[in-house]
Amino acid sequence: MSIAITTQFICFTVLSLVVIIGALGVVLLESIVYSAFLLGGVFMSVAGLYLLLNASFVAAAQVLVYVGAVNVLIIFAIMLVNKKEDLKPINDINSRRVISTSICLTLLSLLIRVDLTNVWSLSSPQNSIGEESTIRIGEHLFSDYLLPFEVASVLLLMAMIGAIVLARRDVMSKDISTGLPVDQELIEKSSEPLLTNKN
Amino acid sequence: MEYGLDLEYSFNEFLKGFGLSSEIAHIIWLPLPMLLVLVAAVVGVLVTVWLERKISAAAQQRIGPEYAGALGVLQPIADGLKLLVKEDIIPAKADGILFTAGPILVLVPVILSWLIVPFGQNLLISNVGIGIFLWIALSSIQPIGLLMSGYASNNKYSLLGGLRAAAQSISYEIPLALSVLAIVLMTNSLSTIDIVNQQSGAGILSWNIWRQPVGFIVFWICALAECERLPFDLPEAEEELVAGYQTEYAGMKFALFYLGSYINLILSALLVSILYLGGWGFPIPVELIAKFLNLPINAPFIQVFTASIGIVMTVLKAYLLVFIAILLRWTTPRVRIDQLLDLGWKFLLPISLANLLITAGLKLAFPQFFGG
Repeated sequence: MSIAITTQFICFTVLSLVVIIGALGVVLLESIVYSAFLLGGVFMSVAGLYLLLNASFVAAAQVLVYVGAVNVLIIFAIMLVNKKEDLKPINDINSRRVISTSICLTLLSLLIRVDLTNVWSLSSPQNSIGEESTIRIGEHLFSDYLLPFEVASVLLLMAMIGAIVLARRDVMSKDISTGLPVDQELIEKSSEPLLTNKN
Repeated sequence: MEYGLDLEYSFNEFLKGFGLSSEIAHIIWLPLPMLLVLVAAVVGVLVTVWLERKISAAAQQRIGPEYAGALGVLQPIADGLKLLVKEDIIPAKADGILFTAGPILVLVPVILSWLIVPFGQNLLISNVGIGIFLWIALSSIQPIGLLMSGYASNNKYSLLGGLRAAAQSISYEIPLALSVLAIVLMTNSLSTIDIVNQQSGAGILSWNIWRQPVGFIVFWICALAECERLPFDLPEAEEELVAGYQTEYAGMKFALFYLGSYINLILSALLVSILYLGGWGFPIPVELIAKFLNLPINAPFIQVFTASIGIVMTVLKAYLLVFIAILLRWTTPRVRIDQLLDLGWKFLLPISLANLLITAGLKLAFPQFFGG
């Protein structure tokens, strides 16, 4: 085995182990903060797997979007809430665990089936484009994948407008959950100058 | 690889002369540029710290460091030694694992980004195809480390500082990436080598700063905000938050934050000089001078000479920008957090979007000036 292949094999083994153990940790750990940070580690290792597949642009995009945006927002939200209280005990916790485990196992068996039935080997191994892939991705996004690309951007725009409407309480006069009129005072306190009018 | 020194090739040929296989030669080669760049980064930090102390002293009409070496040049080394031998304290109620991992997560992406900083045609660690995009992606990891250390310190000031750092970093990443995108649009490539070569046509006249003046200013403001330099150093605003997410840190862990922020500053200055100020290019093209003096451009001594001019130019431009950053730090007041976010989202983001749109239009209208 040449040195390059050995290095690749070691990297692949380490990355896969980190992905599997990290993902189990995300689900099984009690502390939500640890779960969130482990999720970032899992995203990073997936980016490493993309790198091993010569897809460097996809790897960088994965880091930028999932680690830099999604995971940071998750951690941000957790820290803004940051309540130091124990979760309420749930009565039928065991049956819930059984149900969720069985659903996950079903999904896993589905994925394994796909893995076994699909033909993974490429028709021509020389076809790998490596550094050219960035240009190819761009060409595809603006030709045959234009519609999905645009639909995704419209979806994001809708989500953004929705978030702005929810955040700006002056748009809605009633609180959604309680039905009480919204206290408009809290949003913008009148900013009286401190030093004037003090006679 | 059209011209220029190729140290890797010559080194490998040299080792093969001793009967080593090309793979072994490659493995022996690999750590050398990395070590060199790491050393360069750390020495750069020492120089920057000394400059910061001296320039701040001059701005405040003090003398500054004076006794450690001539003009106090050994002061940064003394600072480093002090931090090295200080006791490493983890607060009793802090989260030990996250507390230790935080500074590492802040420092490692910054050092990794040096991968793409070119000092000459072949003088960089790796000319990866995604080039400048790698830096944008890597710099987005940093806020996780900041949030981690802010949370793990178990201190309200640390937590607030971490949250502020993350908010600031996310908001300024977008205009930063958009102004880089305008450059990439003109270059047709993400690679830093191509970006510099595209500016090398007519010396100082072909630098991107003339074609992207708005992008240059937006990029510089955002880079300062990403480095958490004054006027944007809200995450560690002394009067409000003690020292932000660094409050509980001492010894070497604090030194990691310190190193990280200064390496990041130098990296940002280097990238500004690469993206907008022609990288390693001399204000008058070296080829023209060689032709004028009737010297062959491919002769070995000319090659060594151009390579050293390239390194000197890159470092000179970067340190000019570092100087401006230091002057800004000691002469401007700090903005408030709402002003900071207003500036990022309501001013820089629309301006950089408009800049991108105009660049695309100009590229279609004048392909010979704006890259075709």
